[in-house]
Amino acid sequence: MTTDVTPPAFLDVRDLRVHFPTDDGVVKAVDGLSFTLERGKRLGIVGESGSGKSVTSLSIMGLHKARAAKISGEIWLGGQELVSAGSEQVRKLRGRTMAMIFQDPLSAMHPYYSVGQQIVEAYRLHHDVSKRDARTRAVQLLDRVGIPQAASRFDDYPHHFSGGMRQRAMIAMALSCNPELLIADEPTTALDVTVQAQILDLIRDLQAEFNSAVIIITHDLGVVAELADDILVMYGGRAIETGSAASVFETPQHPYTWGLLGSLPRWDRERSDRLMPIPGSPPSLINVPAGCAFHPRCAYDELTDGLATTVRPELRAVGTNGHRVACHLSDERRRQIFDDEIRPKL
Amino acid sequence: MAIYIVRRLVAAVILLLIVTAAVFAIFFLVPRLAGATPEDLASRYVGKTADAEQIHVIAVKLGFTDPIWVQYGRFLKGLVAGADYSTGPTTVHCPAPCFGYSFLTQNPVLPDLLDRLPVTLSLAAGAALIWVVAGVATGVVSALRPGSIFDRAAMGVALAGVSLPIFFTGLLSLAVFSYALGITAPGGSYTPIEDNPFLWAYDLLLPWITLAFLYAAGYARLTRAGMLDTMGEDFIRTARAKGLPERTVVVKHGLRSALTPILTIFGLDLGLLLGGAILTESTYSLPGIGKYSVDAVVNNDLPKVLGVVMVGSIFIILANLVVDLCYAIVDPRVRYS
Amino acid sequence: MRSRRVAAAAVIAVSTLALAACGGGSSGGSSSSGGGSDVGGVHNVSDVTGGTIRYANSGDWDSLDPADTYYSYSWNFARLYSRALVMFKSAPGKDGATLVPDLAESLGKPSDDAKTWTYTLRQGVKFEDGTPVTSKDVKYAVERSLDKTTFPNGPTYFNDFLDLQGYTSPYADSDPNKLGLKAIDTPDDRTIVFHLKQPFSGFDYFAQMPSTAPVPVAKDTGSKYKEHVVSTGPYMFDTNDLGKSFTMKRNPNWDQATDPNRKPLPDRIEVALNVNSDDIDNRLQSGDLDVAIEGTGVGPAAQGKVLADQTLKANTDSAISARLWYTSINSDVAPLDNIHCRKAVEYAADKTGYQRAYGGATGGEIATNLLPPVIPGAEKFDTYPTPGNAGDAAKAKDELAQCGQPNGFTTGISYRAERPKEKATAEALQQSLAKVGINLEVKPYPLGDYAKLYAGKPDFAKANSLGLNVFGWAADWPDGYGFLAQMVDSRAIRASGGNTNFGVKDPEVDAMLDKALVTTDTTAREKIWVDIDKKVMDDAYILPGIWSKGLLYRPPNLTNVFITDGYQMFDYLALGTTRK
Ligand SMILES: Nc1ncnc2c1ncn2[C@@H]1O[C@H](COP(=O)(O)OP(=O)(O)O)[C@@H](O)[C@H]1O
Ligand code: SF4
Ligand SMILES: [Mg+2]
Repeated sequence: MTTDVTPPAFLDVRDLRVHFPTDDGVVKAVDGLSFTLERGKRLGIVGESGSGKSVTSLSIMGLHKARAAKISGEIWLGGQELVSAGSEQVRKLRGRTMAMIFQDPLSAMHPYYSVGQQIVEAYRLHHDVSKRDARTRAVQLLDRVGIPQAASRFDDYPHHFSGGMRQRAMIAMALSCNPELLIADEPTTALDVTVQAQILDLIRDLQAEFNSAVIIITHDLGVVAELADDILVMYGGRAIETGSAASVFETPQHPYTWGLLGSLPRWDRERSDRLMPIPGSPPSLINVPAGCAFHPRCAYDELTDGLATTVRPELRAVGTNGHRVACHLSDERRRQIFDDEIRPKL
Repeated sequence: MAIYIVRRLVAAVILLLIVTAAVFAIFFLVPRLAGATPEDLASRYVGKTADAEQIHVIAVKLGFTDPIWVQYGRFLKGLVAGADYSTGPTTVHCPAPCFGYSFLTQNPVLPDLLDRLPVTLSLAAGAALIWVVAGVATGVVSALRPGSIFDRAAMGVALAGVSLPIFFTGLLSLAVFSYALGITAPGGSYTPIEDNPFLWAYDLLLPWITLAFLYAAGYARLTRAGMLDTMGEDFIRTARAKGLPERTVVVKHGLRSALTPILTIFGLDLGLLLGGAILTESTYSLPGIGKYSVDAVVNNDLPKVLGVVMVGSIFIILANLVVDLCYAIVDPRVRYS
Repeated sequence: MRSRRVAAAAVIAVSTLALAACGGGSSGGSSSSGGGSDVGGVHNVSDVTGGTIRYANSGDWDSLDPADTYYSYSWNFARLYSRALVMFKSAPGKDGATLVPDLAESLGKPSDDAKTWTYTLRQGVKFEDGTPVTSKDVKYAVERSLDKTTFPNGPTYFNDFLDLQGYTSPYADSDPNKLGLKAIDTPDDRTIVFHLKQPFSGFDYFAQMPSTAPVPVAKDTGSKYKEHVVSTGPYMFDTNDLGKSFTMKRNPNWDQATDPNRKPLPDRIEVALNVNSDDIDNRLQSGDLDVAIEGTGVGPAAQGKVLADQTLKANTDSAISARLWYTSINSDVAPLDNIHCRKAVEYAADKTGYQRAYGGATGGEIATNLLPPVIPGAEKFDTYPTPGNAGDAAKAKDELAQCGQPNGFTTGISYRAERPKEKATAEALQQSLAKVGINLEVKPYPLGDYAKLYAGKPDFAKANSLGLNVFGWAADWPDGYGFLAQMVDSRAIRASGGNTNFGVKDPEVDAMLDKALVTTDTTAREKIWVDIDKKVMDDAYILPGIWSKGLLYRPPNLTNVFITDGYQMFDYLALGTTRK
């Protein structure tokens, strides 16, 4: 493993590998993932469930159990390397420099403490302020994330809140210390469609306001379509396509990405006109298929002269706008397939 | 909340009535069905050579010749208004609430019970403290390092704890620690806390540990399971994501929720502790309610049995009430109206 | 009979006889320990005074009140704080079963018809507060013991034998001095005369009951008197925490000059109540305790340990008690109404199994007749000898044939459910009787009501075919009357139940009992007890099992330790301690 000599980006993940030794074998949940994110930017990480998105985010947050997870690679955050850092060092960054929002706000909040208390706890942990000041700050935050009558809801418990309100509160909690990096792991998956949009709007607004770097994790491309600056598509613990959101949505390169786009709900088209969703199921992370991990499900694997089943494709640039893809198909062929089969149905 | 408590207390009084009535019924009806006469019942409380006439006199004195409901009524009346008893040369008044007079020792039951209650409460409180602290601490440490040597050893000991009977562990520890090593008090030692708190604790140490051992084991296993569950919860991840130190995560967020089901069990155990106290008090010859109740049952001494049942029921009712109220405080999702 | 020969060779014949009787030489150790020497059955002889003797009771007294107590250990112990008219001599072995005057100057003087008994009190005896004791205090004590509503626990011999003329209780007595009972005269302060309604030759045994110990009327608080019994003995109550413990100290108003029977050695006595019995055994061995007061011997858990350890074993005595574990053969239940069927049971029973049920030789000695050997005058005989006491099927079958049941029969055998030893007995009998075709159906009944509602209630026993009833009986005191009266007198059988005679119905036996009651000559009377014993065995109403034994442990610091036949346990009056 060679170390990149270029100065790291604000968030710079290099060749991250997270392996879980289990009784059945080693689960290679993340296996050689690299990406960067600058301050003030929003990165969307997309992939089917089980592709290693959450494991990635927890690695950044340092929330894996040391004994359960074998982590290698580098995670630079603001110039500090986290994988090799002591757990206490990383803990001090949590909540303050980096914060996280989880999928299910009901289970993610402690049922026995009031919403206000939980925000105050996060705030006071990193700020030496009186309880009263912390409370004031918490009420402000609750108000900012759109909780009506924030002051009086302060003492309510999570179960008194609706799902959307809870997620707002979670966001307030995550933002309480003005983090430089905010990771939102499926922040809207557990919410109603109408509420989803509101929460996404809120995140975007706040991101602009706080100027944090944001990672939005989702299995749903639609969520990141308008929110993200850049998109990283994950499959089987690796990045298989990455590029600016515009580029990825305009000219998706990877057959898997095409499939993801195909699973987006479209109301304006007949069923037969739509892209086929991806057949089959996500790969085993213990026995990852040789070659391209996606080949058992790929409709074009026979067009690669057998490479797909033998050689693992690395990310390589497509064009000059930083768009990269990990697929053995030649650019021309891919363009041809895209133009003929995919674009008409997008 | 106040209404809730009042309602519970009223229910408690009704429960006491039912329980005592049931004890009465068992005491009188069962032998009746087997063909016993009031004199047969009375003959339990006289010397072995008494003749029919003498037994009859006792049967009348103890009130066995009256119908059962009259006797029960008398018991209730004694509770509310007190009762009079003859000592031979004089009559003494047993003020309300009069739990009655023992058939056998001819002592009023309530002073006996009140006299013995501190012993049982001391035993229970000390043991409960030890078992909760030791059990929960062991459970937490085990849960944080599942599969470790500590975990396996602790769970092994815990298994022994729930399966070894008190009279075995008790007598064994007396033999080893009190008689062979001489570091703990011999059986039968008890000093009231108001006389000397140090001696009180010293005397009760072994009984506490013995009784606590029985329960601590269960609590360790329960806590371990609860903690393993809780530490996998999303809100624990949230707590860690906030940057809380691990100790705060474990204690404030993990233990707090893992303890809630333990609190429920604790309430039940506290109420039923009399059972464990009986064995412990018998093993260590402590003059508490437990020992008293054994004697009462063995000797068929109804007023004593009733007294013990009342104290036991009140204990259970109060323990559960307190636990319910605590539960509401601990878990905000539970509220009583 | 080996020990008898040893006895004959001994210098102090009487005491050694006692040793033989209590079996000290056979299954227990009897070597000297604790520095003192053993003389004539007394271990650790010593005059050293002072120290504290610590007793423990696994249960509690029925009452410390002398009018209201009925345990042998309690009567043994009561001599420390109360002086009855007569007492069992403080002496080892058989001597301990002899009566000597205590408060009285001499044993009772009967009238010719044995219906009037006169005692003269010693001079100078005082209560613990210095008040002189008079015959009126004795009369009052007996009067109050008659009141069974206040004192339900005590024996009822005075109620049964005194000519009460309707007298019930001093508490209902119109006499201003509460001395209205006509059956007792106190012509002067030192004389007391008892008038019986029927002759009773053994009245001195009544006079040794604690209920003749004087009670000052002014201090009598009825059922509360047990909280502070006024002492006349060498010790008085110091503290008394009912149901938990009490302590005694020396009584300054007890005067050795008035008391030839007592040599009080310790300065203090402590008694702990309701102590776990296994813990008692442990503490005896660890030296934390001196005496297990109930005198029934170490429990099964400690027994194995003690017997296996030579040093511990050397500190034990095996005491045979005046208790017979037996099985009654109920002639109400056919075919046991036929004597031959009853005899078949006697022959078929394997008594080694009976003994095993009680823990083997440590638990007791195989009994072939009723009267336990510790009872004065008792004789050992065997009406139904079988090889090795293991039963004789041939003879049993022969009896069955004569009974007209050559193939055997079926009947029930009852026992007290809470007693594993009785269960084992019933099962052992079931096995051995099955060999001759007698099938037993085992039927447990609750202990508390066994005599009152089940086995001891004639129509129940008959209706449920309880042909055999496992039971046990102990003497109130070691004497034929004390042992036999409740067990074999057919007139004592009440249809209402509560019987202790489960089926001995022989007018001849009743007549012999009556004769004994008027026979004032001790030797002649003792002969009658033996005759009764033989007659009951001839009738085959009772299958004797074992005479019970206890393994008593004696800590090395105890002095003057011996087993008295009077109570079949250590004599508590004599004990001293070297522990200061
Ligand atoms: N602690 C763990 N032990 C073993 N396997 C794990 C662990 N955490 C996650 N995994 C596995 O890693 C893979 C990736 O999980 P995750 O990152 O949660 O997926 P997602 O992309 O849906 O967030 C899954 O197959 C999951 O089962
Ligand atoms: S490498 Fe082959 S199998 Fe993999 S995505 Fe490209 S075409 Fe499909
Ligand atoms: Mg996930």
